[in-house]
Amino acid sequence: MTDHDVARLRRDFPILERRVNDRPLVYLDSAASAQAPRQVLEAVDRYRRRHHANVHRGAHTLSAEATEMYEGARARVARFLRAGDPRGVVFTRNATEAINLVAHAYGRHRLREGDEIVVTVAEHHANLVPWHLLAAERGAIVRGVPLGSDSRVDHDALVAAIGERTKIVATYHVSNVLGNLQPLRAVADAAHAVGALFVVDGAQAAPHVPIDVAALGADAYAFSGHKVGGPTGIGALWMRPEVLETLPPFLGGGEMIRRVEVDRSSYADIPMRFEAGTPAIGEAIGLAAALDYLDDVGVEAIWDHDRALARHALARLAELDGVTTYGPEGPDRGGIVPFNVDGVHPHDVASFLDAEGIAVRAGHHCAQPLMHALGVDATARASFWLYTTEAEIDAFVDAVARSRAFFAPLRTAL
Amino acid sequence: MTALAQMYQAAILEHARRTRHRGILDPADARQEGVNPSCGDELLLTLRLADDTVTEVRYEGKGCAISQASASLMAEAIEGLGRDEVEALIGHVKAMIHGEGLHADLGELAVLEGVRRLPARVKCAALAWTTLEAALKTHPAGDASGAEASGAEPGGAEAGGAEPGGG
Repeated sequence: MTDHDVARLRRDFPILERRVNDRPLVYLDSAASAQAPRQVLEAVDRYRRRHHANVHRGAHTLSAEATEMYEGARARVARFLRAGDPRGVVFTRNATEAINLVAHAYGRHRLREGDEIVVTVAEHHANLVPWHLLAAERGAIVRGVPLGSDSRVDHDALVAAIGERTKIVATYHVSNVLGNLQPLRAVADAAHAVGALFVVDGAQAAPHVPIDVAALGADAYAFSGHKVGGPTGIGALWMRPEVLETLPPFLGGGEMIRRVEVDRSSYADIPMRFEAGTPAIGEAIGLAAALDYLDDVGVEAIWDHDRALARHALARLAELDGVTTYGPEGPDRGGIVPFNVDGVHPHDVASFLDAEGIAVRAGHHCAQPLMHALGVDATARASFWLYTTEAEIDAFVDAVARSRAFFAPLRTAL
Repeated sequence: MTALAQMYQAAILEHARRTRHRGILDPADARQEGVNPSCGDELLLTLRLADDTVTEVRYEGKGCAISQASASLMAEAIEGLGRDEVEALIGHVKAMIHGEGLHADLGELAVLEGVRRLPARVKCAALAWTTLEAALKTHPAGDASGAEASGAEPGGAEAGGAEPGGG
């Protein structure tokens, strides 16, 4: 994307006109939650003003409209994932709930004592803790694959860790800390060779890279709406329909049933079987609008933009004394840049940047095992998206340099 | 003064790296861990008490300048204070960092007042004090039994869990 393209896109994001602490907002926290374009805000607003009613209930006009829009959103998600059959798409609150759904509906019924779940050290807690809970209940073992020597997960070790006892392999598509796109096809093949389920955490990939679940070899793919410019409170799990339709329900209630007696019930077909209760209808419609927006911009173009910004940020930060960045360099590196300023805690750096209107995240990024593997307790993290400009990154880097000077007293001996 | 300059004034930056009260008392009368799960700040606080007076304070911790400075300031302020005075001080500090006023007894602790203008950082300043509060609960008032918490015994539940995990 040219500077002109980015300037044009930025006009779609009203929040980018905000000032924070008397400075223009520089929003470098899109990996935590992306900002939404007006097309999304308007789609949700239009639905709420004109069409709102409960879905799959009643014969009145509004309910029919809401149902059509909601099911249209499901089909839109299927198309975004190049998944074909929309019956494989279950709306959830977010990627976290999607992974928990797999752990419950699949894991609790398929795992036996001594079975293994293979993950990597670089997973987000959302792709670790559900497996810990499952393993504790079933007597299963969670095996974590370490980083290799190049700041990437050791790909060969990941493939080699998958063996006869492996029942689930769960890993990320794009890392929320290292920023890299992970090659998954060989992992999928190894999982399938032993009959294991291959679960992909796509929370950071969905906003940045084109997704084709069949080409990836995924059996399950999870992502969140608010990271693709959609609303919070909506996410999706895609699961291969042939697998999904063999699974028992996760949550019980209205909408997921076929027939209910007072002492027993039978359950709906997929995907409704996994959507108990009234869903987040407006949010699903907002998510569909976000995916329309993403595809209009072009996900390939966004990925190229992210990578160019990451290269620029890494090069500029490398010019500064006493600043360390983490994660690999190369064509697989997207727009996520964790960093530390020597002798200064990342929260202090983040407060300094915030005073200049620059929003970054600081902490362990819900990836404590990876923090340990990188030998740090926490980092600051700048993350980019389609509306991020090179000028913003320059402003950010200059502010990081000033933060080091500001906190210089922390580095002097007493 | 900007919120940033007020928060990170020289006294805070100096206390953040001050080592006078760093370390672990073993044995100790109270030993308490505190964590801020959302940001990973950690504190291990050890106290000695005699006749309901805090006689010695040592802590080990890692975290941001605000959490570390707050621990150093706290250690300095409470050594030699009676239990009632410490409990009153905890109340004054909490009120200060939540913007509810500056009590005259705060003394040097008033340098922490600036955190009220940085709402995201209030929990950093609070960690030492919530940990202290939990430590005192493990050592009831008037407990002259002399029973000392050894290094091998965890000193009760972790303090500071009020903030959710943040991911």
